[in-house]
Amino acid sequence: MIGIPKSLFYYYDGKIWTNFFDYLKIDYVISPDTNKEIIEMGKSISNDEMCMSIKSYLGHVAYLSKRCKYLLIPRIENFGDNNQTCTNFLAMYDLVNNLFGNEIINYNINLNDNETLKKGLMYIGYKFGKKKSLIKKALNYALKRYNKERKKDILNNILKLKKSKKKVLIISHPYNTYDTFVGQPIIKLLKDLDIEIIYSDLFNKNSTNKLSKKLSKDLYWKYSKDIIGSIELVKKNIDGILFLSTFPCGLDSLVNELIIRKINIPYLNIIVDDLDSLSGVETRVESFVDILNQ
Amino acid sequence: MDKVISFPKLDNYDIPAFYVLSHISSLKIIKPSKITSKTIELGSKYSPEFVCTPFKYTLGTFIESIEKGANTLIQFGGGCRYGYYGELQEQILKDLDYPITLDSLIIGGKTDIKRIIKIMKSYDPSIKLFKSIYYTLIGIQMIKYMDRIDDYIRLNIGFEINKDSFINLKEEMLNDFSHAKGLINLHRLYRKYYKRFKKIPINKPKDCLKIGIIGELYTLMEPSSNYEIEKDLASHHIQIKRYTNVSYLLLKKRKLVKKYLKKLKNIKYRMGADAVDNIYHTKELCKKHYDGIIHIKSSFCTPEIAVMPIINKIAKENNVPVIFFSFDTNTSEVGIKTRLEAFYDMLEMRKYNE
Repeated sequence: MIGIPKSLFYYYDGKIWTNFFDYLKIDYVISPDTNKEIIEMGKSISNDEMCMSIKSYLGHVAYLSKRCKYLLIPRIENFGDNNQTCTNFLAMYDLVNNLFGNEIINYNINLNDNETLKKGLMYIGYKFGKKKSLIKKALNYALKRYNKERKKDILNNILKLKKSKKKVLIISHPYNTYDTFVGQPIIKLLKDLDIEIIYSDLFNKNSTNKLSKKLSKDLYWKYSKDIIGSIELVKKNIDGILFLSTFPCGLDSLVNELIIRKINIPYLNIIVDDLDSLSGVETRVESFVDILNQ
Repeated sequence: MDKVISFPKLDNYDIPAFYVLSHISSLKIIKPSKITSKTIELGSKYSPEFVCTPFKYTLGTFIESIEKGANTLIQFGGGCRYGYYGELQEQILKDLDYPITLDSLIIGGKTDIKRIIKIMKSYDPSIKLFKSIYYTLIGIQMIKYMDRIDDYIRLNIGFEINKDSFINLKEEMLNDFSHAKGLINLHRLYRKYYKRFKKIPINKPKDCLKIGIIGELYTLMEPSSNYEIEKDLASHHIQIKRYTNVSYLLLKKRKLVKKYLKKLKNIKYRMGADAVDNIYHTKELCKKHYDGIIHIKSSFCTPEIAVMPIINKIAKENNVPVIFFSFDTNTSEVGIKTRLEAFYDMLEMRKYNE
């Protein structure tokens, strides 16, 4: 049984993994949505200063560690020189490997060395004794299905831009946006106040990645570029931006600061801490929406 | 408007930087001043809240240099977040209405010579390529000599018989280095001072305490960012080993990390900034029977935070005490010194009371 932590990497490639495993009939289990218990577990094994998303990730790993033989922990280094990732994405495999006793299913993405997701999944297929032809079919199936779903999501996201409701673009890493503990409660607050949510990760990544240059010329983090570029794409169609990050995210602390200095759109900057209660955030979201409605 | 150059402060490395720039161009250069509490206050005031500390220190230094007339700033940059400092610092300074430009030499851990040449040419079109290469080589050589001498000082400064004899001679040497008349002259100066350092009388017991100091590069190298922790160690008569310096980072690191990764059985990948180096050095310090390890870094230093659990584990397995310090602009000096005292006491007890 392969344990898949429902955190970080999952929100980028998770659906491809599960499609792939389904086709190959490899057993897996996904950890539950982030909850208090998982956060507490994560905190107990983390270093105090780690960002909340990492603490939460380690909580998911701890949850699975007791229940599964294998853990799926990829490493994502870069998509070329100007598209690197957070150093935590580089360190996570070795950190987990040193802290937990499970056998780890790992692959590396480093486009500079031609290490890709496809190659990584092929390797996992071999590891579980599957035939090459079958693995290739599974890979095709997984990517096709993922792309089809993603296209649909992107279309929906774009269609929302035409609606007459007030629209807020969420600038946040998917592992925060879709996390039940970080992004979802805040998104619900906005939706309850009749706000249409535009997701920064649901656009064509190639175009947002290039567009990010207009806001930040030196930026070299792939996942930040992908989401930041969406501002250039939709700035005329939105009423406000919500910057959402976890404390103390190394990338966001610089990137969001620069972007906030450059844009001329009402914004709200929320930094989620593991001790945060929602009450303080609620008032801030409400007054933000008040400004948008004026 | 004439271009007036300045750059951040990093220990004494502003001496070779100034040497190179002043020899290859006719530009006006403002040397970064020593980092004081006012520098730190200025830097913190205009920095994002939870950025790593070197951002605040270098921003503060920039503002002080601008007040003295600088308008063309050079940020060194690097991997991790260092490489992205420049763009945000330029924006912050421009928002403060300073008419400046700022260039980073290394962006995202990568640099290319062509880009650096282009930047230098834009400052001063009369800069000659051959001359630049020659003086850059002297600059690099100067850094190597400085680091070699510093290594020797760290081993012995805690045991000097006449107070400040090492510091005073070092000051004299740096002054002479900054007036070196070329590569050969620099080499002669180095030989001369090396001999003089060796002659400084010391009283070093064979079983003195030995501590290795590892961590994040800026906090390790800039004394004002770590409350001069090495001075404190020396005053307690402790032999110090530090791997990180500019010649290590510039000339040796690339090759060595590959070697380290091969040797480290529990580590498969490179982990950002100097994380793998520090894991390897932890092992080496344990193997060489150092009495303790001090790991220092600036607050919010992501790559170091991620590997601290691993460093802790290795030290524990080898039964070598390790202590972690995180420095921010508002860290209490008294708190640090108290924890250090307790650490020294514990090490002494372990060593001499067995």
